[in-house]
Amino acid sequence: MDFGPYLMLAIMEGALTAAVLALTASGLALVFGVMRVVNVAHGEFFMLGAVLAWWVSQLAGGSPVWGFLLALCVVPLLVGVLAAAVDMTILKRINYDPERTIVATIGILYILQQVTLMTYGPEARPVAPPFNTRVALPWFEMSNGALQLYWPWGLSITSYKLFVIGAACVVLLGLWALMTQTKLGLLMRATEQDREMAHAFGIPVQRVYAIAFGLGAGMAALAAVLIVPIQQAHYLMGGDPLLLSFIVVIIGGLGSLPGAILAALLIGLSDGIISVFFSPTLAKIFATLLVAFVLVFRPNGLWGTRNS
Amino acid sequence: MSLLSASGISKQYNGLAALSDVSFDVPSGQVRALIGPNGAGKTTLVGVLSGRIPPSSGSVHFAGQDVTTWPAHKRISQGMGYTFQITSIFADLSVRENVALAARRHQKSAAVVDAMVEEALLKTGLWDRVDDIAGTLSYGHQRLLEIAMGLAQTPKLLILDEPTQGLTEGDVEAFKRLIKSLRGEITVLLIEHNMDVVMQLADVITVLEAGRVLFEGIPTDVKANALVRAAYLGGGDAET
Amino acid sequence: MTTDLKKSVILHAGVVLALFVLQFVLPAYHHGNMARIMVLASYAIGYNLLFGYTGLLSLGHALFFAAGLYGAGLAMSQFGLSAGPALVIGVVAGVVIGAVVGGLALRTEGVAFMIVTLMFAQAGYLTILYFGAYTRGDEGFVIAQTERVLFGVDLSAPLVRYFAAFSLFCAAILTCFLAVKSRFGRVLVAIRENEERAAMLGYDVAKYKLGAVVLSAGLSALAGAGYALLFGYVGASFASVQYSIFPLLWVLLGGAGTVLGPLVGTVFMFYLIDLSSGLTTAYMLIAGLVLVVLTVFAPQGVMGEVRRRMWRWLP
Repeated sequence: MDFGPYLMLAIMEGALTAAVLALTASGLALVFGVMRVVNVAHGEFFMLGAVLAWWVSQLAGGSPVWGFLLALCVVPLLVGVLAAAVDMTILKRINYDPERTIVATIGILYILQQVTLMTYGPEARPVAPPFNTRVALPWFEMSNGALQLYWPWGLSITSYKLFVIGAACVVLLGLWALMTQTKLGLLMRATEQDREMAHAFGIPVQRVYAIAFGLGAGMAALAAVLIVPIQQAHYLMGGDPLLLSFIVVIIGGLGSLPGAILAALLIGLSDGIISVFFSPTLAKIFATLLVAFVLVFRPNGLWGTRNS
Repeated sequence: MSLLSASGISKQYNGLAALSDVSFDVPSGQVRALIGPNGAGKTTLVGVLSGRIPPSSGSVHFAGQDVTTWPAHKRISQGMGYTFQITSIFADLSVRENVALAARRHQKSAAVVDAMVEEALLKTGLWDRVDDIAGTLSYGHQRLLEIAMGLAQTPKLLILDEPTQGLTEGDVEAFKRLIKSLRGEITVLLIEHNMDVVMQLADVITVLEAGRVLFEGIPTDVKANALVRAAYLGGGDAET
Repeated sequence: MTTDLKKSVILHAGVVLALFVLQFVLPAYHHGNMARIMVLASYAIGYNLLFGYTGLLSLGHALFFAAGLYGAGLAMSQFGLSAGPALVIGVVAGVVIGAVVGGLALRTEGVAFMIVTLMFAQAGYLTILYFGAYTRGDEGFVIAQTERVLFGVDLSAPLVRYFAAFSLFCAAILTCFLAVKSRFGRVLVAIRENEERAAMLGYDVAKYKLGAVVLSAGLSALAGAGYALLFGYVGASFASVQYSIFPLLWVLLGGAGTVLGPLVGTVFMFYLIDLSSGLTTAYMLIAGLVLVVLTVFAPQGVMGEVRRRMWRWLP
């Protein structure tokens, strides 16, 4: 394949990564924004989404479409409720102290991961995609001074991947509408601005926190349900989304949703492109160092979205 | 020879001037009071003097050196003692350790540190509380502990930021006796609301208003000054 | 004061003596375990200096442990150095990396500090994987028994190994005890309690914090280098996030900011995991549960509770 079509392929794969990452990371950013805590177990809620999606699609049996649709509706809800329960039983008790929350969520990370290992087992299991036709993509070349379209061999994407990208956009628009157009969004933003003040104005801060935490985890689970037909479900799969979400949230400016989505696009696209040309380990080394240096030298994110 | 001198200090926050061209000198051995209505810029000025807030312009000299660019800890290690307006002690450590930390910075010998702790606690009347955990002391005693920590630094200049705020009348009397007993030993810069305390203790008073020095003089002059009265009584046409 | 000092000297000397005597009575299996525990507890002591006494929560100490482990291990496997110089190189590597990471990470605080240290450690772990040609990545490499000789003594022999681990532990706990009782250590506690006040007493807080990171990294690297020499295995898992979480877990369990806490926590956790890994492959579940229970119900840890309820003089 020539360089041009190769790059195009990398961009399409990057867009897929970016879409899933934007969903996962906006969950983390939401939790950090509203509650001012870092949820280290975020990647495990993602993993749980994938594993439950496999489970639900097994239960449903029959056509993969029904299993997938059922998983899409039920799994994020289940994970969200579980996360809200974690919030009310554990995080509430330590009063959302930032440092203790990190330690507690590290504990939750291990609990979720190890319980999955004990029940679901160490195997990686695939979920059948509901539809999966190959869509060939065109490329152009200059021949005899004129632009010509052609379909290079190997330059294609599946209809399911396109669906994931589309679905992610729809969900993110939905989240935006939720945050800006609804009363719940208003309550969350008020709590984000000033917890004490929100409490004084009679906002049920505790309930808002539980909802935000559940919503954040639900976003991760939703991303996982979408990706699991492409990537198999495994009990250790939570590590990478956690790391990438961290990178995105930090580069995007802690807690800023638009910043996180912009950063997800940047990281997802560059990840797709970089890992085509470089060793993935080297790419990860650069990514982790980038996070460290952004936090040290640009604590408000690369584009400095102030969010007090 | 002045121990502390500020010249042409200005400080802007987002374009708003908190201090404009403030200059004053505190000679060695003096008890100087800094007064002014709320929002006059006292806290900002003290922050600039102690190094917690960088000035927008102007310079601070202390003990013959230009300390304008020095960080707070360096000024303090050169003999500037500071007590916080909002009590800031080591709440989980003992009273002894609180004061010892202040003394140990400039004293290597454990015996000398112990002696200084005892002296500072005797002066402030906290010696019988020496082994208590600092956070369990009453508010007034915590304020006194702040001052004991200031004394144990054996500073050339002791900056006391609102030391009598929230104290009972008895505590205020004790405080006045303490400062009087220090007269001549160290230089004191006192930021205070309580006019009774200021009038009794200060050699010279600097009055700050709206970020500027309004007046400077001995207590009786300050009392008599029409501008000061106007500033304190709020409004009134002072310019005559 | 002096009687308190006497009490704590007696207590700690007693614990050290008990560990010394233990080698003559323990059965072989626990004998080997205790040697390992003492090396890991030295690592925890290093961690505790920063977390327990200075109040800085690092999530990246595996980087320092691995610096010692790989510093010593690679010096022997790649450059053919003998055990003594390799040990020194391991510690120096930890100190240098500690100074660099500390210098950068200390520009942040709180949660950002935790994430920055985590990221640096992760970058270190990935670097070890990246240079798999020399480090042999996850699989790791073994240091031959014939190489593990210090002062003419074979460190891999059980009795010698126990004694070497014991010496390492003594060095660590003595360093910690002296540091905590010194002016330096008391300033660290002051910083933990009220950083702004410490600065306004004239202490250069940034310098002290960097000193704490470097000392803590040095002790962690000493433990790592000791581990390489005593157990002859160097692998990337020791650089992974898990090995940054472990010292936090041990210290939290044993009691942050107590000299004996790291030992108590390491012993407890080691045997908890040892016992449960006989029952299930999901032994890290125990670690997770303990972390959550500790943060919610007993943030002081075992020795912290002892200090609160019985012995207020406990350093």
